[in-house]
Amino acid sequence: MTTTPKRDAATDLAQQFAEYVPSLEARDIVAIRPSYGLVIDGEERPAEGGATFPTIEPATGAHLADVAEASPADVDAAVAAARRAYEGTWRDMPGRRRAKLIFRLARLLQDRTRELAVLESIDGGKPIRESRDIDVPLSAAHLFYHAGWADKLEYAVPGMTARPLGVVGQIIPWNFPLLMAAWKIAPALACGNTVVLKPAETTPLTALLLAELIDEAGFPPGVVNVVTGAGATGAALAGHPGLDKVAFTGSTGVGRSIRRQLAGTGRRLTLELGGKGAHVVFDDAALDQAVEGIVDGIFFNQGHVCCAGSRLLAQEGIADELLERLRRRIELLRVGEPLDKNTDVGAINSAAQLERIRVFVDEAAADGCRIDQPSRPLPERGFFFPPTIVSGLGGAERIAREEVFGPVLAVQTFRTEAEAVAKANATRYGLSAGVWTEKGSRILWISQRLQAGVVWANTFNKFDPASPFGGVRESGHGREGGRQGLQEYLHTTPVAA
Amino acid sequence: MSDRGGDRLAVRKTYKLFIGGAFPRSESGRTFPVRAPDGALLAHVAAASRKDARDAVRAARGAQGAWAGRTAYNRGQILYRIAEVLEGRAAQLADELAAVGVDAGAARADVEAAVDAAVWWAGFADKLDQLVGAVNPVAGPFLNLSTPIPVGVCALACPDGGGVAGVLGLVLPAIMAGNSAVAVAGGPAALVTSTLGEVVATSDVPGGVVNLLTGDGGALLPWLADHEDVDLIELSGAPDGMHADLEERAAGNLKRVARTGGAETVGTAAAFCEIRTVWHPARI
Amino acid sequence: MITLDRDGRGPVLDLGAGRSLRVAAVDGYALEQRAARLVARSIKRESKAAGLELAVRCIDLTTLEGMDTPGKVRALCARALRPDPDDPTVPPVAAVCVYPALVAVAAEAVAGTGVHVASVAGAFPSGQSHLDDRLDEIRQAVADGADEIDIVLNRGALLAGRLQDVFDEVAASKEACGPAHLKTILETGELGSYEMTRLASMIAMAAGSDVIKTSTGKLPVSATPATALCMAEAIRDHADATGREVGLKLAGGIRTSKQALGYLALVSETLGTAWLHPDRFRIGASSLLNDILLQLRFRRTGRYARTTDLPVD
Repeated sequence: MTTTPKRDAATDLAQQFAEYVPSLEARDIVAIRPSYGLVIDGEERPAEGGATFPTIEPATGAHLADVAEASPADVDAAVAAARRAYEGTWRDMPGRRRAKLIFRLARLLQDRTRELAVLESIDGGKPIRESRDIDVPLSAAHLFYHAGWADKLEYAVPGMTARPLGVVGQIIPWNFPLLMAAWKIAPALACGNTVVLKPAETTPLTALLLAELIDEAGFPPGVVNVVTGAGATGAALAGHPGLDKVAFTGSTGVGRSIRRQLAGTGRRLTLELGGKGAHVVFDDAALDQAVEGIVDGIFFNQGHVCCAGSRLLAQEGIADELLERLRRRIELLRVGEPLDKNTDVGAINSAAQLERIRVFVDEAAADGCRIDQPSRPLPERGFFFPPTIVSGLGGAERIAREEVFGPVLAVQTFRTEAEAVAKANATRYGLSAGVWTEKGSRILWISQRLQAGVVWANTFNKFDPASPFGGVRESGHGREGGRQGLQEYLHTTPVAA
Repeated sequence: MSDRGGDRLAVRKTYKLFIGGAFPRSESGRTFPVRAPDGALLAHVAAASRKDARDAVRAARGAQGAWAGRTAYNRGQILYRIAEVLEGRAAQLADELAAVGVDAGAARADVEAAVDAAVWWAGFADKLDQLVGAVNPVAGPFLNLSTPIPVGVCALACPDGGGVAGVLGLVLPAIMAGNSAVAVAGGPAALVTSTLGEVVATSDVPGGVVNLLTGDGGALLPWLADHEDVDLIELSGAPDGMHADLEERAAGNLKRVARTGGAETVGTAAAFCEIRTVWHPARI
Repeated sequence: MITLDRDGRGPVLDLGAGRSLRVAAVDGYALEQRAARLVARSIKRESKAAGLELAVRCIDLTTLEGMDTPGKVRALCARALRPDPDDPTVPPVAAVCVYPALVAVAAEAVAGTGVHVASVAGAFPSGQSHLDDRLDEIRQAVADGADEIDIVLNRGALLAGRLQDVFDEVAASKEACGPAHLKTILETGELGSYEMTRLASMIAMAAGSDVIKTSTGKLPVSATPATALCMAEAIRDHADATGREVGLKLAGGIRTSKQALGYLALVSETLGTAWLHPDRFRIGASSLLNDILLQLRFRRTGRYARTTDLPVD
């Protein structure tokens, strides 16, 4: 058995098998309408003046639907509806009743998992395996977790009485459209706030379907309002004086301008922004699993992940071998049709993002960095970028410091623990970090020193509603998830007062 | 009572800054007069400049890592030491407050409140992780721990009229949580702020963990709000008209903005912390 | 002298005479996650048809019961040669696998067909007998016509840290096999951890095994995706280090076509398509064959078949 097998019937079968003919999730489970309106006060309505924008399918470039583009007047109407709902029903509804409604919504998401997953992959370009196994189940889990808080808010902060803030404006990104919507609305609603939600302009469809489910669950009108639109709509919402809090997930640049916009208003703000997560791999790491962690860390969701492990820091003793294994591994990644159940890396969310990624990699190549990409051809149409490993970095290159938000891994090496910490922390960001080593004390030592809100040790890109998520430094402030995330939606006063 | 013949002449104190464990004058050479209500000059107090603020931030940054690396128990002991030394200096501090016109009873109460705050926060240090952190029951085979970590370097806008408690009310929770502090206090609080440096310096607090700047908050705070190496700015004592501007400046490096008022609550402690969550698989 | 050393990168198997093999650490949870994802590949249409036929070609059709008889073994061999009596396009399986006492019967039944005769030997399934007796059993099975021998690794010696004994016994077994191929069963369900599975794999390969095999099938826990992945990665790393390409056999608990296709994907994506071949990959099974036949019939007719239409041993 030790000789190389002769070419025979079995070798032909092996080739045929290993091709994995496309295994497409059926699209017909979702009915995408030609046009969508805003959801304000429980009613779908066109934008003022009838303005719309198109949403397209990134895997093909095809036009999917026209979506209402909310004007400042529409945002006014949504905030007013949320205020009426807050004062009229939601604020004073018993926690146990609010909990039941949120539990119901969680169940409705589970009932419609497949439909939501397919729609998410069509509109956003992410692989169906991820939307089916991660985005949608985790969205439901967030609603479940927070539903249970709605009638236990007196335990949220020891010694403090909690009450809701009021009306919350929530602006979410295009990388996890449904999941971010759930992350945002679940704690807000559990705490008794009402919401005006603005999904990203390239991925509005699942949030609009979520609004239908909210209605179906029996929430009072106006508790969750959805205003679709682009940056101008977002700015109108973020700066709206009728809000008590703004929660934003997106780029550091936009987060900074929202921070400026809110200066002096006294409104609460949480920001979940960019990152340049370091993934530190020591010589003694379980290499095969570290490779998987690195691959998941950077190629999950095409690298459109704020907490992506976009910088690999490899200890010198294993750097070459680790890189070789990574190169071998990316050769296996299947890039293509998001609805193919075997697709590992889907479509880049937009043409603009694709161009941005290209520029980063071209620059790195011009800087003399080594670029490794798999040999498989990419689909001919749609927005695709191959999984890419950039090595031979000095550390000063733009690709080693700035967030690419794409499937591009920048590799550096280190010698000692202290050097690893110094290099990992040499960034303005501080969202996530990873560490792979078999030595327990080293994990604890290094995780105490990494400037990051989340540290994944011998794992990466794990999320859970009970686990607070969020950054330090310019990755934003505030947490989402857990008791700490809940507190971001509560006004607390000492019990004695 | 005599200077070897005749009446003894009292030795006046030079009211200086407290930066990096030392007591420099302002690098600018500037001072400002602090006067009694009747207009009598009490002292020329060092007026911190933007460069003093820069130096204070540098000292604070240099000291913060090691301070955060101390055990909570040790930090608690040092805070308790502050209470002890403060108690011994209570009369002096009350006199300095009374000299600028604070009612004697109120001055005494202010100092006592500061001593009691030091005791309260001393006892908080080794409760912080338990009250603010958590072991999270995630849906998978993981140990998932959320622990409070210090934010880093905190700039504190102390109320000019807040007395000893006004300054320490912000300094204590900040350093309790492992941060280093650059506190700014001017106006009538300047005398006690300067004297507080002497309290801190004799309480086993490592140099640079607490830095006290007397002077014009209105001039210093914008520099601190802009400073890229400041991680948090506490605006409780900032002049009313400045909040919007300071917050806008804070957006530059997205430094945290807090307004705790120094309240002795878990919320104040949490305001000086970040939460870091560590995941590790629990499976062989 | 074989010892398990440790350097900055973790455990290293020192084989003496300047030879060494890196054992490497294994993180169980990440391994299980990766394995679960690999076996969840969605295999459809032409890939599925190819995979099902390939799976048939890689089966070691097995009977290892106290109640086995020559008649039962002859029936097994008949199924091995022509799995579906109604469909001559279904190829024969790779081998039949029987107890030593029945090797002669099996050898006669499959003589000249290309189907191999595998025999468990060496005090299967515990291995707890004297080495000489175990080696004699191997020699006798080979003499009776077995061209593949499935032995069990000495788990007791491994867990007691007697690595030299483990190695020497496998090497002696290999020698006793003569021209026959040696498959070494690690019995991973008794090894306690993936780290130990990885170490056992390395010793078994270093000592000359042609194939490493997960399980005897006699324990409640047999082949699992993570165990298969752990061993496949060991085979790959051993091949990288030595140039010698060892085969993988999965046994126990693989009963459905879906499982078999999942394992094919796991092997293909870990070791490459070169390992998707009966010379390098086997599935020890009995009921799996009929489940594959049902799938193939469905593909042929478009209707779900009646289970009792398929032959039994």
